Amino acid sequence: MIEVIDIHKQFGEQKVLKGISSVFEDGKCNLVIGKSGSGKTVLIKTMVGLVEPDSGDVKYDGRSFTQMNKKDRTILRREIGMLFQGSALFDSMTVEENIRFPLDMFSDMTEAEKLEQVNFCLARVNMPNTNKKFPDELSGGMKKRVGIARAIVQNPKYLFCDEPNSGLDPKTSIVIDELIKEITIEYNMTTLINTHDMNSVMGIGDNVLFLHEGLKYWEGDSKEIMNITDGELFDFIFASDFLKNLRKNARV
Amino acid sequence: MPSRNSKSVYFFYIRFSSMGKIFHDFGEYLILLGRMFSKPEKPRMYWKETFRQMHDIGIGSLTVIAIVATFIGAVTAVQFSYQLRGIGLVPMWWVGAIVRKSLILEMAPTLTALLLAGKVGSNIASELGSMRTSEQIDAYEIMGVNTSSYLIAPKILASIVVIPMLVVISVFLGIIGGWAAGVLGHFYSTAEYVRGVQDYMKNWDLVVMLIKALLFSFAIASVSCFKGYTVKGGALEIGKASTQAVVLSSIVVIIINFFVAFLLLD
Repeated sequence: MIEVIDIHKQFGEQKVLKGISSVFEDGKCNLVIGKSGSGKTVLIKTMVGLVEPDSGDVKYDGRSFTQMNKKDRTILRREIGMLFQGSALFDSMTVEENIRFPLDMFSDMTEAEKLEQVNFCLARVNMPNTNKKFPDELSGGMKKRVGIARAIVQNPKYLFCDEPNSGLDPKTSIVIDELIKEITIEYNMTTLINTHDMNSVMGIGDNVLFLHEGLKYWEGDSKEIMNITDGELFDFIFASDFLKNLRKNARV
Repeated sequence: MPSRNSKSVYFFYIRFSSMGKIFHDFGEYLILLGRMFSKPEKPRMYWKETFRQMHDIGIGSLTVIAIVATFIGAVTAVQFSYQLRGIGLVPMWWVGAIVRKSLILEMAPTLTALLLAGKVGSNIASELGSMRTSEQIDAYEIMGVNTSSYLIAPKILASIVVIPMLVVISVFLGIIGGWAAGVLGHFYSTAEYVRGVQDYMKNWDLVVMLIKALLFSFAIASVSCFKGYTVKGGALEIGKASTQAVVLSSIVVIIINFFVAFLLLD
């Protein structure tokens, strides 16, 4: 479980996060949604320590991340996996080396054990026999899958996904969403996904947090979100006339 | 129209803000270097990365260094042969000594460093810059890797080992270039040239050359790493950082060159 307690962050004069608090539970896909510039990415980066908050706290199963020293943070980070928007695979390494890197750096496993773990993760994301390929030989969807494989190779307790569907076609997006959902349940992880994609919200959103101008505007599950009738969240979800009409017809 | 007073205030504002930026950047550079000296998570991984960098810097630069060094030696020999022939009183075997001395003390370390500031410096800055903008550095950080150590220390260590080797190679090739040009141009015989290369050899010159090479390699690698690592933005900023890395490390090389000569060749 991850607790975010009254997080504030300001860049120069611009207040990006204005006191965000929430609880993200184990075994659930927690989605953070909002318009561009609403503070989603800053929230995720603050939670994993890539950005330091001005005030507030982030607790990983009761352990205060913001008050930890550098050494303890490094240890905790081994329990965190992250899928980046552009996958962030290491260009100079093959798929196998990318996934094996955390094991090489932090584990005492033998070469055979590492290879077995890498192949297990690759099979888990439906990418077998791609060990020797380089990232520039992969499609966008394949890169995301390799990114997921690298994120789960150390059996993390917490998984962060920053825009996992950006740049993917709708069908591949659904595949990636389902994969994240399955892995979350299988590993009983606390998963936090930052997305714009309403398909993801409806498909895998166990808990949805809507940010607006740095504030927590709404929180609930994907069923409740359909009952929203007005306000910023309504405008965000039903941004197109097509969706508005679809909802109207469904109600009729 | 701004008054004369406001113009001078603006002038001082610009002057002091740019000075402030220089001090700010220098402070950040020192902090980054300080963070580099931390205990490696897995030393084996650091060595592996260091050897990869040695290969990239060394083998990757060998051809261009070989071509430039050979022709620099050759042109030095031709220039001095022309000058000494004009004087007529000086024996031609001096050309060998002049080529050797100028290569060891100046040409080989400085020209190699300037060449590598362009090639290796821009390579390092753009590699780290693109890793920063594509979130690869963030990915390392999330895993718990000390990126200022893992991504920078191997590059600096590899440069410190490999660049002096390239300087030594360029001295040898420069001397061979000088021999080939002089003999082919009938300025002197092989025996005269060899005598010149061997005579009046001072070991101190070699020490100065290696000190220069070590300082230059540290400057090129560390400045380029700093420029690449601290990139903010996108492709345009990577290009700017790469250019700044080349320009700044070239200036630092020239300044170090003066101080080493001033302090060690008195």
